[in-house]
Amino acid sequence: MKNILTTKDLVLYYRTSRGPVRAVDYVNLWVESGSSLAVVGESGCGKSSLAYAILRVLPRNVHTYKGEVLFNGINLMSLKEEEMRSKIRWREISMVFQGAMNTLNPVIKIGDQMVEPLIIHAGYRKEEALKEAGEAIRNVGLAEYILDRYPHELSGGMKQRVVIAMALLMKPKLVILDEPTSALDVLTQANIMNLLKDLKEREKLSYIFITHDLALASELADAVAVMYAGKVAEIGSAEQIYGDPKHPYTKKLIGSVPTLRSDKTLEFIPGAPPDLVNPPKGCRFHPRCPYAKDVCRREEPPLIKVGDNDYVACWLYGGE
Amino acid sequence: MGAVTVIRAENLRTWFPVKTGLFKPVSYVKAVDGVSFSIHKGEALAVVGESGCGKTTLGRTTLRVLEPVSGKLYFYDKDVTHSREEELREFRRKTAMIFQDPYSSLNPVFNVYRILEEPLIVNGIRDKRERAERIYKALEEVKLSPVELFMRKYPHMLSGGQRQRVAIARALILKPEYVVADEPVSMLDASVRAEILYLLNDLKNKHKIAFMYITHDLATAKYFCERTAIMYAGKIVELGPTKEIIRNPRHPYTRALIEALPDPDPNNRFRRIRVVPGEPPNLVNPPSGCRFHPRCPYAKDICSREEPKLAEVKPGHLVACHLYA
Repeated sequence: MKNILTTKDLVLYYRTSRGPVRAVDYVNLWVESGSSLAVVGESGCGKSSLAYAILRVLPRNVHTYKGEVLFNGINLMSLKEEEMRSKIRWREISMVFQGAMNTLNPVIKIGDQMVEPLIIHAGYRKEEALKEAGEAIRNVGLAEYILDRYPHELSGGMKQRVVIAMALLMKPKLVILDEPTSALDVLTQANIMNLLKDLKEREKLSYIFITHDLALASELADAVAVMYAGKVAEIGSAEQIYGDPKHPYTKKLIGSVPTLRSDKTLEFIPGAPPDLVNPPKGCRFHPRCPYAKDVCRREEPPLIKVGDNDYVACWLYGGE
Repeated sequence: MGAVTVIRAENLRTWFPVKTGLFKPVSYVKAVDGVSFSIHKGEALAVVGESGCGKTTLGRTTLRVLEPVSGKLYFYDKDVTHSREEELREFRRKTAMIFQDPYSSLNPVFNVYRILEEPLIVNGIRDKRERAERIYKALEEVKLSPVELFMRKYPHMLSGGQRQRVAIARALILKPEYVVADEPVSMLDASVRAEILYLLNDLKNKHKIAFMYITHDLATAKYFCERTAIMYAGKIVELGPTKEIIRNPRHPYTRALIEALPDPDPNNRFRRIRVVPGEPPNLVNPPSGCRFHPRCPYAKDICSREEPKLAEVKPGHLVACHLYA
């Protein structure tokens, strides 16, 4: 199958007084057309920064930003900001930002907030735009009268649906979801996951689903990329990652997920993720890795092919 | 059994007044509305529910940070329901709380030593050497070693997991007999979560502490708590051994909750989760009868008329549902 998005040695460092923070550090990953890639990792591993780097929505303190982002064969890095805005963002690739439901403007009606990008970016007249918004809002399982409501009149789950509807307004092909259920209750979360599954099928969407929750990731993931300290530790099919993880970090991380239905002893990883200003030499996981060898402390492991579409960045799987 | 009951609540109600208008009558948010349970020495009870179900209010009421409007609260045999602050001295020393967010529950200008010294000073331990000894021991117990190094650190120099260890050490330094832990691992990364759960479990067993573990996540409760209470809209709807509740849930709400919690399984993406419709009710004006009835797929006539009582369906397993009456 064709990849809708591929990153090649994507780099995003932030400038700080202590030196550059290597949030995204030569990341290679790919999303097959019509499938979803879950990007999982712990807080501070660079998974949100990866999304910003793909969509090129960058803060001011960027230190380094380079590499390739191939979207349907076009290198987005070669586009001017103006082209990125008029052709790619929201039309081709859109994003549901983390906590976006709390950034709805409290004094503007939902409908007026939703049509704004259509009027500004796509030159719609207001009535047309409202019609589109109405369609989008029905598409996420809400009634059209919601357009006349203010954000405080909606529950968390409804607001999250509004934000998803907004991301889908311009009919993008790829949607980046950054922790789309993080502030929601268990039952509301289940509702949203069902909705995302429906939309994926109905609209033939591709997703990049960013989450720290491996159990939740399995609700949507066709493929999984595990990030650790700014790098991809392992990437492969969901079956591979959940069923036969290769990287010691992935193994431990999956072992640490509490499960309801099976009885297992929970694992944990002693120590803490490294400081991304001064990451350890060699493999970044080596100080916490029970299998670390000499080479792990010296040299950074490349992504090594271990299956059809499965790659792992670990010296245990050859390369030396 | 012969187990010693440390904390016992009988029909506890904690309501918060809300004024809707200057001349309108005061109405109440019935955050905790008729809750009964007990926790034994060395036992952890999980209180599981969604946000706004009253679980934190319940925890705070059992610590008498809040005063209930009715019902009874016993600490051992002592009625502390409406005790005045002077009478609560001993109770305060023997109870403690661990908060959700270790980033905001530790004073940023105190180092770890000072954070742990505070409760000792407040409780009149004058001898400096004794304080030092107890701080040293507390840090050893939560496995923050080398102790000398961590003692001097400030909260911002610690990781989330380490901060939570400091918070646990602070809560346990006065050797409390009842501890409320409010979502103590929900802000932590997956890789350190289990470590903290194991630590709490060890401390519980070693010091025979009675724990109330407040969480929205039944899966973590399984690893720490012998018994679980499921709360919905200010009430306990199901109470029993944690394993039994997970394997054999009876209340339709508990079932919905369990159904909605995914385990990591690549097949999840091919199925839809069965979800009950609707949202939890407003606690100012909860539905009549069973509070879950407007969302319940099995609701009968009686469910909207009569409130179901918590009744045993199996020894030690209680359910408040007309389906089992």
